Amino acid sequence: MDNFNYLFAAYSIIFAAIFLYVMFIWRRQTRIEADVRTLETRLQAVRDTLEARAEATRSASL
Amino acid sequence: MKHKAATLTGLLTLALMILALFMVFDWVPTEAEQGIVQRIFYFHVACAWVSFAAFGLVAICGIFYLWLGHEIFDELGYTAAEGGMVFCTLVLITGSIWAKPIWGTWWTWDSRLTTTLILWLLYGGYLMLRAMGGDSPQTARFAAVVGIAAAADVPVVIVSVRLWRTIHPAVLVTRAGGHGLEDPRMVVTLLVSLAAFTALMVWLLMTRIALLRAGTRLRALAREVGLARAALEDL
Repeated sequence: MDNFNYLFAAYSIIFAAIFLYVMFIWRRQTRIEADVRTLETRLQAVRDTLEARAEATRSASL
Repeated sequence: MKHKAATLTGLLTLALMILALFMVFDWVPTEAEQGIVQRIFYFHVACAWVSFAAFGLVAICGIFYLWLGHEIFDELGYTAAEGGMVFCTLVLITGSIWAKPIWGTWWTWDSRLTTTLILWLLYGGYLMLRAMGGDSPQTARFAAVVGIAAAADVPVVIVSVRLWRTIHPAVLVTRAGGHGLEDPRMVVTLLVSLAAFTALMVWLLMTRIALLRAGTRLRALAREVGLARAALEDL
């Protein structure tokens, strides 16, 4: 079992690096998806307000 | 559909990785001269293979981006460079760990090691350009040119063991011809490791592209919200 430490270190580093890279991608994906959902909600709210105002303007002009 | 393909690729990667680990640690015989530490070889070579393939993909995507100007080639090239960098870093680290018990040193300015370090530095420059240059089409064009030029080092790394005097083993194609793996089980283990890392790279590319796409959608939505708000204020 000579040099087992080197073998263990090499494989540990490989899997740690892959795990960290996957975690980096996953965390960014989660954050971006949350941001997209927030923006979609805001956009819908602004659109609803615009539509309501347009409706009010039409009713007033009639 | 895309999500399903990514899940299937992820599961295939996991299965191949478990099989490769079983083969490396239990099935393949120990090499006579180097002993147990030679088992680093299977994942070290697999990391090198995927990093070279990724850098080759960066160059191909760069050519197509400069030619056709489609954003997908730029996105694919960027993600491939990032993945390639991760695996190229692992090649240098695992190579160094393997070198210590065999050569007695963590690092030597051997032709293959030096050309690999140059490759790592070139693509480090590529990623710095992407990080500093922002999202402009000009940055994408500059990055495409850097990606193509840097990929010229990949064949140099591959043939360096035959071109110059080196202490790095020429395992896959020896100087005398043929391969340097003494047992057929070593060849099978290497092939399974290569398949596992190729699947991993494909899965990482798919996941990373989905992330870039989500980022693009986020920026488009932010612009849309800004425009809608401006319209609201005008009323």
